[in-house]
Amino acid sequence: MLYFARWKISLIVLVVLAGLVTTLPNFFSSDTLKAWPDWLPKRQVVLGLDLQGGAYLLYEIDRKDYVAKRLKTLVGDIRQTLREDPRIGYTGLGVQGNGAQVRIRDLDRLAEAEKRLAELKNPLVANLFGGQAVDEFDMTVSEDGLVRFAYSEQGLSQRISSIVQQSIEVIRLRLDEFGTTEPSIQRQGEDRILVEAPGEGDPQRLKELVGQTAQLTFHMVDQSMSPEQAMQSRPPVGSVVTYSADDPPIPYLLEEAPLLSGEDLVDAQVSFDQRTNEPVVNFRFNTSGARTFSVVTQRNVGRPFAIVLDNEVISAPVIREPITGGSGQISGSFTVESANDLAVLLRAGALPAKLTVIEERSIGPGLGQDSVDAGRIASLIGAALVIVFMILAYGRFGVIADLALLANILMIFGALTTLQATLTLPGIAGIVLTIGMAVDANVLIFERIREEARAGRSAISAIDAGYSRALGTILDANITTLIAALILFQLGSGPIRGFAVTLAIGIFTTVFSAFTFSRLLVALWVRWQRPSRLPI
Amino acid sequence: MLLRLIPDNTQIRFMRLRTISYPLTIVLILASIGLFFSVGLNFGIDFKGGTVFEMKTMESPADISGIRTQLGTLDLGDVQVQQFGAPDEVLVRVQQPDGGELAQQSVVSLVREAFGESVEFRRVEVVGPRVSGELAQAGTIAVVASLLVILFYIWFRFEWHFAIGAIITTVNDIIITIGLFVVLQLEFSLSSIAAVLTIIGYSLNDTVVVYDRIRENLRRYKKMPLPELLDRSINEMLSRTVMTSVTTLLALLALYSFGGEVIRSFTLAMIFGVVIGTYSSIFLAAPMLIVLKLRPSAVTGPDSDAGDAPGEDNKAASA
Repeated sequence: MLYFARWKISLIVLVVLAGLVTTLPNFFSSDTLKAWPDWLPKRQVVLGLDLQGGAYLLYEIDRKDYVAKRLKTLVGDIRQTLREDPRIGYTGLGVQGNGAQVRIRDLDRLAEAEKRLAELKNPLVANLFGGQAVDEFDMTVSEDGLVRFAYSEQGLSQRISSIVQQSIEVIRLRLDEFGTTEPSIQRQGEDRILVEAPGEGDPQRLKELVGQTAQLTFHMVDQSMSPEQAMQSRPPVGSVVTYSADDPPIPYLLEEAPLLSGEDLVDAQVSFDQRTNEPVVNFRFNTSGARTFSVVTQRNVGRPFAIVLDNEVISAPVIREPITGGSGQISGSFTVESANDLAVLLRAGALPAKLTVIEERSIGPGLGQDSVDAGRIASLIGAALVIVFMILAYGRFGVIADLALLANILMIFGALTTLQATLTLPGIAGIVLTIGMAVDANVLIFERIREEARAGRSAISAIDAGYSRALGTILDANITTLIAALILFQLGSGPIRGFAVTLAIGIFTTVFSAFTFSRLLVALWVRWQRPSRLPI
Repeated sequence: MLLRLIPDNTQIRFMRLRTISYPLTIVLILASIGLFFSVGLNFGIDFKGGTVFEMKTMESPADISGIRTQLGTLDLGDVQVQQFGAPDEVLVRVQQPDGGELAQQSVVSLVREAFGESVEFRRVEVVGPRVSGELAQAGTIAVVASLLVILFYIWFRFEWHFAIGAIITTVNDIIITIGLFVVLQLEFSLSSIAAVLTIIGYSLNDTVVVYDRIRENLRRYKKMPLPELLDRSINEMLSRTVMTSVTTLLALLALYSFGGEVIRSFTLAMIFGVVIGTYSSIFLAAPMLIVLKLRPSAVTGPDSDAGDAPGEDNKAASA
């Protein structure tokens, strides 16, 4: 146990040095690091959001909202499909529970209707690698002429899955120009999206950018009655009262069917109105959108139309002349920032479904820094206490244990830096705990050496036996803690995960430093001193 | 002169003490369970849902009643305001509103708007009802799963008596730690689960070290009556057990005093867990083997395992 081959010594020293070298960049500012030669490692520990400040936002796709919207289009599709053949009479078309249904009046036409409607089942490709195609809807036809479309479970979950993907793309486009540090956007589970923005203490604007559906539509204003009348009696068929974003909101009576929607936009940019110098958003339609817009404006000169964003009227200008160029302008009471945000939202496109924040954690930069400082002080004091105590208890061997502890801490930081694992506040607690428990391995060994010596062994043989016999115990004891750490990692999130990571890394480095580094130091000391009596 | 917390050749009759330690433990456990069901844990927003604001006010100490009045005008339902850490820092808890996640988001914007620039929002946490349910479930699974895996590991490495003994000991530690959470009404959050899992790790670590020595001694002193053998094993390991507890506690105390308010209850739980874990590995884990009727012959292994024992005590080893 006390003999080391030369290559082993070099290896152990190399590992500890690697820990030192990879830890080193953490002591310097990033500006200093830039001046370092290329061959030196420059990576620093990644601080979690709780230490550097930032926002953690967990969004969930609003399934109900999506299903409702989708069923509405399905009903429209059914109507259109059945109208293609005027001989098919139907009734009772509408959304029913988790699906849509329609009754075919003439049972002789049922087979024909079934054939046409079957196309609406909408097969989805399961995945790239040729999984089975699944229909989005299950269609059932009963003999009395009732045709039912129901969302198949697999169809819905696949649909949701592709919506999450789509939403991530949209969010990414929206956040491209956001702030200084790039937010990370990740899928989480089946229907969730995690947005993490380091350094963002107040995520209000972030939430506005991410959370808005940003569905832009253009509607004609219905002038057959005033909005007040419509609210008191009933709005005309096909029209609906919509409010503006003003405070107090102004009601408008709009035709329900949109003339155009945001999908027909190709570009949106902020500029300033030449007369009022207020910020406005200029947009451009694609070719078909431009054509429709030109036709509509030609027909409706003198009438107002409304620009609606997420069911709120932004502005309702009067068409003064036909707009044939395919571009237009949205003016409202914008600030530069809100105009800019709207332009970004329009360029990125609408979200396919509503997103709800189901978990939010934002840490201001002040608290993050305070936590780093507190963690630093606590670790230093904790380490100092343990170091002093070990020297008091084991003298020279205590010094060796302390050196092993320092090597251990270097290796933990080195590993954290190299693996780019995230250091969180509970993670710092994990390191402090490891400092306390790391010496346990050495305590076990030293106590065993004392015992062996008491039992009559010579100093060197007691040291030898102490190391070899404590090994099994140390392994058993640490593996149990490792199990707890691994499970914690598997099931935890964010900060807790950070704790599990440092705890697990700490266990590996502890066992390594006790069994190689501290043993090497003891071996060197024995070779140098040739002790006949144990100093512990 | 080196510091020895435990003198050499200490011989405490721990097995005799079990007439005191067992009833004491049972009382503690029953009290913890009773309190858990009558008073209940003070669940944090991680498990209950809700919103927490940590703010730093411009004046020191913070005007807590002023803040309470201001929040009262917002009509947010049940709101708690308390001083948190430094005198100018305040923690505000808002209960889960009825309207679900959307209502929660409006709580956040209402409070942020109401205070505006007059305070610094250091931390805002919002946990919706769905997430809190999942977190509670994941936390429970984590604790149960780690217990099971560890049970199998010890079973594999030792005999089943040891595995059962270790798990009972650990469950005892968990229950009593939770009892502490109830008595002090410490907030029980996700990091408390982390603390509980760490306590599991630590307590098992201690227990396994003692069991390891018991197993070694069982192979060595085949004729020694079990209580005597257990006493001997515990006494042999006592110095180590105490040393390690002390170093761990030193580190944790530093963390408790200087690590900041955010992790204080986390650290407190761990400090308590280390104390309980040390106690239970001595007073509970070993005597449990008597209760579980461990027979020395149950321990398999090399017949004459002299090389595994301290010193050259061959006479005993071959006896």
